[in-house]
Amino acid sequence: MVDKTTFYEVIRQRGISRRDFLGFCAMTATYLGLGPDGAGLLAHAMQTKPRIPVLWLHGLECTCCSESFLRSGHPLATDIVMSMISLDYDDTIMAAAGDQAEAIVADIIRDYRGAYILAVEGNIPLANDGMACIVGGRPFKHQFDEAAKHAKAIIAWGTCATSGCVQAAKPNPTRATPVHKLVQHVPVINVPGCPPIAEVMTGVISYILTYDRMPELDNQLRPKMFYSQRVHDKCYRRAHFDAGQFVERWDDEGARQGWCLYKMGCRGPTTYNACASIGWNEGTSFPVRSGHGCIGCSEEGFWDRGPFYERLPDMHQWGVESNADKVAAVGAAALGVAVTAQVGATLVQRIFNKNQRKPEGQAEHEEPAA
Amino acid sequence: MTQHTTPNGFTLDNSGRRIAVDPVTRIEGHLRIEVNVDSANVIRNAVSVGTMWRGLEPILKGRDPRDAWAFVQRICGVCTGVHALASVRAVEDALGIKIPANANTIRNIMHLALYVHDHLVHFYHLHALDWVDVVSALSASPKATSDLQQSISPWPLASVGYFKDVQERVKKLVGSGQLGPFRNGYWGHAAYKLPPEANLMAVAHYIEALNFQREIVKIQAVFGGKNPHPMWLVGGVPSAINMHGSGAAGAPINIERMNLIAAVADKAHTFISQVYIPDLLAIASYYREWFKYGDGLASKNLLAYGEFPSKANDDSDSSLLLPRGAIINGDLTKLHEVDLKDAAQIQEFVPHSWYSYAGNNAGLHPWDGQTELDFRLGDKTRKSGDKIEAFDEDGKYSYVKAPRWKGHAMETGPLARMVIAYAGGNRRVKELVDGTLKKLDLPLTALFSTLGRTAARGLEGLWAAEQLKEEIATLQATIKSGNETTANTEKWAPATWPKEAKGAGFCEAPRGALGHWIRIKDEKIQNYQCVVPTTWNASPRDAQGNIGAYEAALLGVPMANPAKPLEILRVIHSFDPCLACATHVIGPDGGELTVAKIL
Repeated sequence: MVDKTTFYEVIRQRGISRRDFLGFCAMTATYLGLGPDGAGLLAHAMQTKPRIPVLWLHGLECTCCSESFLRSGHPLATDIVMSMISLDYDDTIMAAAGDQAEAIVADIIRDYRGAYILAVEGNIPLANDGMACIVGGRPFKHQFDEAAKHAKAIIAWGTCATSGCVQAAKPNPTRATPVHKLVQHVPVINVPGCPPIAEVMTGVISYILTYDRMPELDNQLRPKMFYSQRVHDKCYRRAHFDAGQFVERWDDEGARQGWCLYKMGCRGPTTYNACASIGWNEGTSFPVRSGHGCIGCSEEGFWDRGPFYERLPDMHQWGVESNADKVAAVGAAALGVAVTAQVGATLVQRIFNKNQRKPEGQAEHEEPAA
Repeated sequence: MTQHTTPNGFTLDNSGRRIAVDPVTRIEGHLRIEVNVDSANVIRNAVSVGTMWRGLEPILKGRDPRDAWAFVQRICGVCTGVHALASVRAVEDALGIKIPANANTIRNIMHLALYVHDHLVHFYHLHALDWVDVVSALSASPKATSDLQQSISPWPLASVGYFKDVQERVKKLVGSGQLGPFRNGYWGHAAYKLPPEANLMAVAHYIEALNFQREIVKIQAVFGGKNPHPMWLVGGVPSAINMHGSGAAGAPINIERMNLIAAVADKAHTFISQVYIPDLLAIASYYREWFKYGDGLASKNLLAYGEFPSKANDDSDSSLLLPRGAIINGDLTKLHEVDLKDAAQIQEFVPHSWYSYAGNNAGLHPWDGQTELDFRLGDKTRKSGDKIEAFDEDGKYSYVKAPRWKGHAMETGPLARMVIAYAGGNRRVKELVDGTLKKLDLPLTALFSTLGRTAARGLEGLWAAEQLKEEIATLQATIKSGNETTANTEKWAPATWPKEAKGAGFCEAPRGALGHWIRIKDEKIQNYQCVVPTTWNASPRDAQGNIGAYEAALLGVPMANPAKPLEILRVIHSFDPCLACATHVIGPDGGELTVAKIL
């Protein structure tokens, strides 16, 4: 292995003062909700750990996840890439191409066996022997299999990688298959969304680097810290839902007042994501604030739950509120959330079990590669 | 084949050494380029292979046309929004929906913000490393770099100490042995020509631009809630305006939101004019020979659908800020009319693509398009184990179809738009182009080249940053006049639609001419086709053997070291490829796709 420099050394050498460094740790720790000891842990981690190599492979996708990642404001993508991780392969931004690019994948697998993170954007098409995505003259699946087999952990970026997204919508002509269904012995973290929020992506990476462990995951392998509450739970328009004030037509008085978009098809009540809490583009907005309902882009199979402008049939099934026509104030916290959290906690224990048994939902249906 | 001349006038010779670049990186999606070089390492044959297929359009069949924008927007997350815009226009065209003036202006603002963002990111993060040697920056004098910076721009980040810090940062990165995205780059390659201080300045701006680009897209986030992939609406825009009344603070558009986008637009204009444009000119001045290499179709056939309607629901010449038209055989005195609905104009061919048409190999207009997957490799394909070493261009060799305009292979993109606007007498575009050519002491024909393409993109970025401010002023003025309408819902309900309808939606994406064609029947999508910019530029050969823009542009380009294909990257990156865009396809009437064979 090559000599490695720690994150702390790198930023000190960049002229960042120790005071600024500790400030950064405190801010990041607060943001991650790490509690009173968080800043110290973060600082310790960053002063002692070399930069972990990351291979960021692309299957069938649209590159929105990479684009989102680059939008991160805290930490900046430049700081992540230059100082926190070693992003040795990412076809979207890497200097090398062709043979020189291919060689990097082989070198990292050889030099950092079991010690690199594999990030996957997009999914793996299995139809036609995988020839719907050819990289380096071979099916992408072959490159994916090799990289997955020896990874320390796999981050599946975005709904393409976590559940197939748009190309897996019916009839899924390429048999686009999410990452976790092809991996058995390596832990997978699903970070869904089309794309995921930038600061969620960098937050997941920061968390892993800080604690040297996976974040706690729910039964869909999603980090609970970001995916355990519904958009509806934290929506700034929620009070209008409870008060029965709805947008009935685009650009009507309710739309101009910022009333609830439930009747316009908003999927906020069934979508687990941090959009309403963290916001998009450094908190600038999120879909509901722009006047359009959530389309549920972080949920498995959301493309096949349209039309998007048809309202969710009945809210009873979610066990939280009554339906919109007879809104009754039900103050109880989200039952679904509590259940999810419990299941998730159990799963996390399994993931960190040295035996690394596969979590539920991982590699159930397809032939595993790793 | 060893040597022959194509009907569109290019001599191909595949007898020399074959080189493959796969993956072509710093693009969107998956692309492979193969070339043959002669004994002097000059490219004599080029083969553009689109290597991914997502099957997006069969997925659209039977769905609600009002949802289509969200599906097709996922064709590309880099030029995010362009497919959504083309889609809502196609549906509105089919159903006869007229959008309000504010919706038109807001769409223009979102789209212009994308132009500024996309061109900036392309230049610094997808293209710059073809010209800038990161390692050479380590030997630069910070003082010389500071002097250089101050000589070309009033940009304030120009001190000796600043460049010293940047240099230290890069030095530590390189010194750590973990180069990250710079690993295995072509550092020290003979084709790099910038002096160390220009390299250091460019590396500093690579980092600055990466940090700044996230600001620009906040404009899309205001109107669409998020970026990438903001929200759109058939019949207008979802972002209702409430400028005066109670509840404005919770409304999508209020005075705070207007101030936010105005501030971002100002900053973007400053960055483009003080960083991007001066860097472009400085770098170009060291690579003058690249105003000769990489012409291809540029000096022959250019296509643009036009963009930025100044009047809502009006795509006539008098309304479009950038004109629609085609230039054929390099005749800049004649702009041909382009009609997306004329079955004889835009057609797609598949003899060298991994699809087959029922019955014959004739070209099909997108309204009648078919795509039946037919993955077969030509007899002369060379394989080694599971790896394809060389595709056979005499057979089928790409997931990209071959679109033609009246039978012509065309180039599309910023260069086409700028030249067509120039030929059409657009005053501001003429000013920008002439001014730049004068500064670089180059003739107009220099535009038809690798760096011509790159320069046109930069100039268009500046044009877009200026226009962005104009459109924001227009929105403000319309609101001030008392018009706050943002959506037309007369035909929102499917019950108001005709039993059958068809429409075409145009868009000039940052990468070029984009068209969507839709057929609606019984309130559902019956057929949906997209012909996208990279389908034109990355096109494989057609039945007559005409080559597309990428293949043509690579011919005659000399390589310093074919094992390190920097020159190929320069030419291909000058087009800004987007392969996820190019390789989605459609099942015509939603019929089952055939099972592909691998031979």
